[in-house]
Amino acid sequence: MPAPTSKAAGQATGQSVVSYNFAYMDEQTKRMIRRSLLKAVAIPGYQVPFGGREMPMPYGWGTGGMQVSAAVMGKEDVFKVIDQGSDDTTNAVSIRAFFARVAGIRTTTATVEATLIQTRHRIPEQALREGQIMVYQVPIPEPLRWMEPSEAETRAMHALEEYGVMHVKLYEDIARHGEIATSFDYPVLVNKRYVMSPSPLPKFDNPKMNQCPALQLFGAGREKRIYAIPPYTTVTSLDFEDYPFAVQRWDVPCALCGATDSYLDEIITDDTGARMFVCSDTDHCARHAVARDMQ
Amino acid sequence: MYVAVKGGEKAIRNAHRLLAEKRRGDTSVPEVGVDQIREQLSLAVDRVMAEGSLYDRDLAALAIKQARGDLVEAIFLLRAYRTTLPRVGTSQPLDTAAMHVRRRISATYKDVPGGQVLGPTFDYTHRLLDADLSLPAEHQPETRSETAQDEKASSFTGTCPKVLSFLEKEGLLPPEEGADSPPGDLTRQALELPAGRDIRLQNLARADEGLLLALAYSTQRGFGSTHPFAGEIRMGEVEVFFTPEELGFPVLVGEVTLTECESVNNLTAAKGQPVSFTRGYGLAFGESERKAISMALVDRALRAGEFDEEERGPAQNAEFVLYHSDNVEASGFVQHLKLPHYVDFQADLALVRALRGKTDMGGNDACPDK
Repeated sequence: MPAPTSKAAGQATGQSVVSYNFAYMDEQTKRMIRRSLLKAVAIPGYQVPFGGREMPMPYGWGTGGMQVSAAVMGKEDVFKVIDQGSDDTTNAVSIRAFFARVAGIRTTTATVEATLIQTRHRIPEQALREGQIMVYQVPIPEPLRWMEPSEAETRAMHALEEYGVMHVKLYEDIARHGEIATSFDYPVLVNKRYVMSPSPLPKFDNPKMNQCPALQLFGAGREKRIYAIPPYTTVTSLDFEDYPFAVQRWDVPCALCGATDSYLDEIITDDTGARMFVCSDTDHCARHAVARDMQ
Repeated sequence: MYVAVKGGEKAIRNAHRLLAEKRRGDTSVPEVGVDQIREQLSLAVDRVMAEGSLYDRDLAALAIKQARGDLVEAIFLLRAYRTTLPRVGTSQPLDTAAMHVRRRISATYKDVPGGQVLGPTFDYTHRLLDADLSLPAEHQPETRSETAQDEKASSFTGTCPKVLSFLEKEGLLPPEEGADSPPGDLTRQALELPAGRDIRLQNLARADEGLLLALAYSTQRGFGSTHPFAGEIRMGEVEVFFTPEELGFPVLVGEVTLTECESVNNLTAAKGQPVSFTRGYGLAFGESERKAISMALVDRALRAGEFDEEERGPAQNAEFVLYHSDNVEASGFVQHLKLPHYVDFQADLALVRALRGKTDMGGNDACPDK
């Protein structure tokens, strides 16, 4: 097992350099996380408490996702990290570099090549396939938290399938705004049983979770919760018959690649506030641009 | 033509370089050594060890240096190292009654067996800046070293009985019962509610000193008052014993410096029982007196349910205290707001525009069905 070294403690004690295990965490910890993952897969959408560890990145910066990635990572894996859909945002760069260093595995920006994809706030536009694992970084795993601050209460509500407050909240949105005023972290019902936070994905990505061939794992490091959606599980976004769930749409294509099927970020391009819309998924954008140019 | 933002890797590398440069500061000033931090900033080292949950003065000093003196950052560094260490086993419970005491005071008795031992305390110093300290050592007045020697000569290092044991013997304070089951461990399991006192105390021992101080203070100002007395505060060295499985008997593996505070608090009377005092408990690595006292007050406040007390302040709400006490968790999550949120902000932007009935420029229509 490769043991990348660091000079961290050696300097202070005058002893030899400190070494870290493959993928940073020790094997017992990884086993503990895998046991939690198995339970999570067995009860889709249920939040499994786990003995979350400190990671060398701050809480709220993807420590849950990193722990899940480290626990399922093998030497043959090809690892992709995105933040806001992009491989090049600073935190994605930092996490990818971390695992390249402590696990020595191959990394990629290509969604099709990756076997393990850690993400913050997006699901790639490229359809996922069997054998791939999506790892979501989750800040607040509890979908009922904004209605009920107490963890003891919300756990009981899940156990009793008591989701009335969520429907009331959505109804109040409609009464006040004429539509459901939740544009990201839009709650879903998993396998017709647990209401689940999809993490702060724009609701545009919610339909991609339904019947997805890939395994989807969710890690909340600070809150110490893991949950999962096994492949080909029914995931529905909560709505009402007369106010059906709908995703964001744009009238313009991506200004860089011309894609019309992707989530677009708005970029302010000059001091007068001129704007353009470009793909948030940088891999999708680059590939689409190449394909277009070849035609 | 706009090109999607790239170059995070290079920017990070440069930021790290700049950080290293700022850490070093003016190179005409000698670099501070880890040993100097360990010896001369020892209270900072103690705090980092206590909240970092790792007793290692060298590593704590290194963390302080690396963190440019930011103690919460240093605590984080120590935690992130600690978490990778395999667990060899669990020590015997520490016997703080057998502590080699360097400081020991009681505010409930004028004199107690073993006496009042002030030890190295700021308590009765006048907080006047001492300009002599800014002089090089050879120019500092001689009185300083004389005082140091006097203190050494008079420093007390014996053991002495626990002050609260006298109240226990008299039946005025229920003794603390050891649990049959081994204590829980927050560093290995997620917090579950309701949390037992073992878990609560572990949480408080790792908790941010500033938060504990504020919570303890809030109980004193009426948000869940517990009428505390500092029954005993003691600081000194405690031996650590470990029983290796293959030997089957305890072996001395070292000693740790601890600060312990036991508070005597307001009365309670269980049904059919005579009235008695109650107790709060605080324990921290190193010389961490403010932390230990605050912890004792908050521990006692969190026992409100046990004594059928009405919840009247945040310090009594276990869920509130336990979930928000860890500064590594809190600091990380508060500061994650620095990470990009373009995608979600875009979603909200589209929503606000749709709700205002405007679809301008990009013509983003968040609600195609209506």
